[in-house]
Amino acid sequence: MAEGDKKKEGDKKKEGDQKKKARKHGSRNPVLVRGIGRYSRSAMYAPVTKVEKKIKERAPAKVVKTVGGDKNGGTRVVKLRKLPRYYPTEDVPRKLRSHGIKPFSQHRRKLRKSISPGTVLILLTGRHRGKRVVFLKQLGTGLLLVTGPLALNRVPLRRAHQKFCIATTTKVDISSVKIPKTLTDTYFKKKKLRRPKHQEGEIFDTEKEKYQLTEQRKADQKAVDSQLLPLIKKVPQLKGYLRSTFCLSNGVYPHKLVF
Amino acid sequence: NVFKRFVEIGRVAFVAFGPYEGKLVAIVDVIDQNRALVDGPCTGVKRQALPFKCLQLTDYVIKVPHSARQKYVRRAWEKAEINKKWEESSWAKKIEARKKRATMSDFDRYKVMTAKKMRNKIIKHEVKKLQKAAAQKKA
Repeated sequence: MAEGDKKKEGDKKKEGDQKKKARKHGSRNPVLVRGIGRYSRSAMYAPVTKVEKKIKERAPAKVVKTVGGDKNGGTRVVKLRKLPRYYPTEDVPRKLRSHGIKPFSQHRRKLRKSISPGTVLILLTGRHRGKRVVFLKQLGTGLLLVTGPLALNRVPLRRAHQKFCIATTTKVDISSVKIPKTLTDTYFKKKKLRRPKHQEGEIFDTEKEKYQLTEQRKADQKAVDSQLLPLIKKVPQLKGYLRSTFCLSNGVYPHKLVF
Repeated sequence: NVFKRFVEIGRVAFVAFGPYEGKLVAIVDVIDQNRALVDGPCTGVKRQALPFKCLQLTDYVIKVPHSARQKYVRRAWEKAEINKKWEESSWAKKIEARKKRATMSDFDRYKVMTAKKMRNKIIKHEVKKLQKAAAQKKA
């Protein structure tokens, strides 16, 4: 028959072209009359040769467990895949209020475009307000690592908050300065040592009331400043600039100033 | 003799505001009480009507007949070297100084401050010297 030949040809072709893609075939349903095929839809859908289905080993749905005690049948049949105990009324469950709220450590840290390593910043708050300071890098929490340098304006390696700095357009080329990797947020974090084990009335003096300067801080400061100072000395008048402080006077309006 | 600069044909004017702010134009004709026909071929202002309110008269006048074509306005302007005279005038220099001051950075302001300080110190020193000399002469 025509269909049988066709099928055999089809098989041979497939065997021959097993490595190549299967060739495109025409309709396997011979035409009786235009618009009417020999086989019905269901006949076309069913495979010609029956394929033996592999019975998959299904995981057991129930387990028989022994139960202790008297007169209770001794065993119980326990379902392993239980039906849900709750069917939600919405198709998409409502998101929790805290959806998308990340902990601080995973927040996205932004840095103003005007601030880049080597920029001279004007600190606006803190005990060093008004001082002009060199920006080194942004730390993990988003705070800015900044140094005076200490020899010029007594500002040590310190953290500054981006929001409380004015970024000037003056920049120092810091690409050759290597900042020690130990300078992180934990290095600068304030230490708390309040352990009122004995709360005898008035003991307000904690162990670390005054800040103690450590040798490591001095060493790190020296390491960074020794690289920075020669770069600053190269730019004329920059040293004096960093030594001076910023202030407003009559006729000076911050919104009109170009920093 | 209160007024020294008059609106006349050929008067060079400075445009104070509007899209042509800061440019020089020549008054080529007067349209009515408020407007002038104005042309600035060497300063990039197309021939048009501008209100007198936005024009500030300068000291320069070019010799041009009324309603003269742009070609002749250009010729007269270049002959009188208006652009060069304008650059040398203190009016233009003051405008330039204002612009520079507005774009000064914080570092520039510091440099200006130190320069002024040094200059004043030298001047005061000389003044003191002269004062001392004058006082000694008196005595």
